[in-house]
Amino acid sequence: MELFEDYQPGRRGAYDEMFQDGRLRGPYQGLARSFAEVTGPEVRARAEALAASYLEQGVTFDIGGEERAFPLDIMPRVIEQDAWNTIDRGVQQRVRTLELFLDDVYDAGRVFDDEVVPRRVVTTSSHFHRVAAGIESPNGVRVHVAGIDLIRDDNGDFRVLEDNVRVPSGVSYVMTNRRAISAALSEAFASHRIRPVQSYPRKLLAALRASAPAGVDDPTVVVLTPGVFNGAYFEHALLARTMGIELVEGRDLVCRRGRVMMRTTSGLEQVHVIYRRVDDEFLDPVHFRADSMLGCPGLMNAARAGNVTIANAVGNGVADDKLVYTYLPDLIRYYLDEEPILANVDTWRCGEPDHREEVLDRLDELVLKPVDGSGGKGIVIGPDASRAELDELRAKVVADPRAWIAQPVVQLSTVPTLIDGRMRPRHVDLRPFAVNDGSKVWVLPGGLTRVALPEGELIVNSSRGGGSKDTWVMAGGRVSAPSAAAPPVATVDLHSPPPETGPALESRFAQQEQQQQQRAQHRSPRAAGAAGAAGEVPTC
Amino acid sequence: MLSRIAESMFWIGRYVERAEDTSRILDVQMQMMVEDPTVDIDAGVLTLLSVMGARIPDDGKPLSLTGTFNRMAFDGSEVTSIASAIGGARESARRARETLSTEMWEVINSTFRHMSSGRFRTMRLPDAFKWVRERAAVINGTADATMSRDEGWQFLVLGRSLERADMTARLVATSALTPGPNSAWPVTLRACGAYQSFLRAYRGQETDREAAEYLLLDRLFPRSVVHALTRAEQCLANLEASGQRVGFQDEAQRLLGRTRAELEYRSIGDIVTDLPGEMERLQRTCASASDAVTQRYFAHAVAMTWQGGAAR
Repeated sequence: MELFEDYQPGRRGAYDEMFQDGRLRGPYQGLARSFAEVTGPEVRARAEALAASYLEQGVTFDIGGEERAFPLDIMPRVIEQDAWNTIDRGVQQRVRTLELFLDDVYDAGRVFDDEVVPRRVVTTSSHFHRVAAGIESPNGVRVHVAGIDLIRDDNGDFRVLEDNVRVPSGVSYVMTNRRAISAALSEAFASHRIRPVQSYPRKLLAALRASAPAGVDDPTVVVLTPGVFNGAYFEHALLARTMGIELVEGRDLVCRRGRVMMRTTSGLEQVHVIYRRVDDEFLDPVHFRADSMLGCPGLMNAARAGNVTIANAVGNGVADDKLVYTYLPDLIRYYLDEEPILANVDTWRCGEPDHREEVLDRLDELVLKPVDGSGGKGIVIGPDASRAELDELRAKVVADPRAWIAQPVVQLSTVPTLIDGRMRPRHVDLRPFAVNDGSKVWVLPGGLTRVALPEGELIVNSSRGGGSKDTWVMAGGRVSAPSAAAPPVATVDLHSPPPETGPALESRFAQQEQQQQQRAQHRSPRAAGAAGAAGEVPTC
Repeated sequence: MLSRIAESMFWIGRYVERAEDTSRILDVQMQMMVEDPTVDIDAGVLTLLSVMGARIPDDGKPLSLTGTFNRMAFDGSEVTSIASAIGGARESARRARETLSTEMWEVINSTFRHMSSGRFRTMRLPDAFKWVRERAAVINGTADATMSRDEGWQFLVLGRSLERADMTARLVATSALTPGPNSAWPVTLRACGAYQSFLRAYRGQETDREAAEYLLLDRLFPRSVVHALTRAEQCLANLEASGQRVGFQDEAQRLLGRTRAELEYRSIGDIVTDLPGEMERLQRTCASASDAVTQRYFAHAVAMTWQGGAAR
């Protein structure tokens, strides 16, 4: 365990997922054993091979125009079965609530009349699109894919930090990470029972097909990407490839008489479902930004006419707004009549006078986040900020309080991470992905664990230099005995002939055999007369 | 062209293809056994060994996962291993060295050198499998770029196509037999490098029957059985000097053509009811066709080197 020397978990009160007071926690015992069997240099060599293979495969992320390998840490993160069950149920509950909320917002607005959420919270959101009102997908789903960001607090409980129901990204890394780590740590893999993640594209495609316009038996589904210069282009390509569908850009599409068509070598072909990875504002220059070249003019009208389904639906941004987030526990109670399974992180809304006052008083101990921000942009962590930064922040909050929320500094949990050849605690979060096909919300077992690589850093976004970890959800002990339903040994009904061998190999093996026999001073007449037996037709 | 050279070409084609296919099969089988918690490893290893036609050690000890894969990859004394296949390709190439293009000989020889240098043995298995696939591509690409399309080329491609049909049949048999709740077909498709093209062809709706159909009958995918058989038939037809007015004189061509026609003209439902049996028959056809080719074209070479089945 040379790798774990001087490992000091739980600094600043953070929950360490592997060690508790210097002792291993249960879920990590198997992994610790596997790591103990491999030497430090070997682990480091494998970690290097990992990075090289990511560059080769083109698993990259674009930071400021530079293509970099997405950093993948060799140490996986393990989530025990019980904790996962809670996450699974909690994420489902959350997605169902967000669906109901979006339906309501773009329809009758019951939630405003019943004064659960003030109407202005939604109408002042820059993601609220009136044009989306009344557009309903045939199976009623607006959130086909959701990514719910979770963190693990000081007590080891998972809490929701953020919902993503517009175009959550990162799922491709879940799949590539699994493949890469299974190659790098095959011993550890074989001794764990890890729930597989490769079924995601199939589930997603099934959900997209299920949302096709009524009456279309065999819908054409496409992925819409902004193009090769987008940071997540790798993911768009991977999803299209693994679903076996076309990856289109805006210029490949054209709207004719309320239908969306794509230009193919055999003329125009109608598209029924668009899994779009383009933001709302760029989707349709007729309704949104007129200068957008990424979308397709007429898309919204086609959707309104019911000839095409856009997934995720336009206007979903109101539901993952950081301000609406603060109302989510109330919304869960209101729509589902259930208690939230996953708690929020405590949050103050600067838009409310009494909250604002408290926040301004405690600016140096809180984390302030812009309501519209994503990718960790604009976040100010009070204790780490300088006097000048805080003054600037204060001015901004006073000028536009609606745009800010505040949260206490939550120490994200830590997991050992290979830094400069040694394991060191680094903060992680977790983004599980949920796919809604209209009848069931399915949560991909695992999800993307992002890790902040600089010491003490709490922002994990890859645009801020974060890396990732393969996330293992355990499923109990590995099956060793064949199940009753399966035939015990398959060889019974199988008689594959051995592969034939040509003269070259025949003589090589014969030569080996002869040499062995010579050595044993035991030449059988048959081997000695091998040349004489020439011409025998092989019997296969 | 000398019979002996022709035979060498034929076996270069077969061995290189065998090395590639074996590495493909081992690669995905290993991924599957490692990643899928529902797979019963012991039964999986046994199925794999018997499908590859490898010998199953009868010392009563349980087969270890890594031990088995290491043996199938690196063990030169195991006839079905990758090491053996590459060794065989190089041995065959050595016997035809004067007719092979220099470049062709060099890529085969350097592949063999690297493999026997010990560096290959220290590679991690997934890397080793990938390396073998890449080397096979280099060899095939060099052949494609530097060999004239004469008889030698026909024999090379004939060998490759026969081996490919045989290996795909073995793979199809594995997935029909793999126990466990999860379908083995995605894995099989991946082993053939066919997963993505299959998804595109069938618009992402994968069912077992369609996967079998694709691997057996697709006319466009180069690793499907029908494609490989058609290719082999073409080579045989090209080798037949004069045009044939009535039927087929060549025994191998007759065997392959009949099997292909049977596959293509029977309903897929009929074929999948006894997939392992069908695949076994197919493998035997390939073996018989290979014998027929040997009888007809390489008769002399056999007399000079055949060791009377001493290896078995």
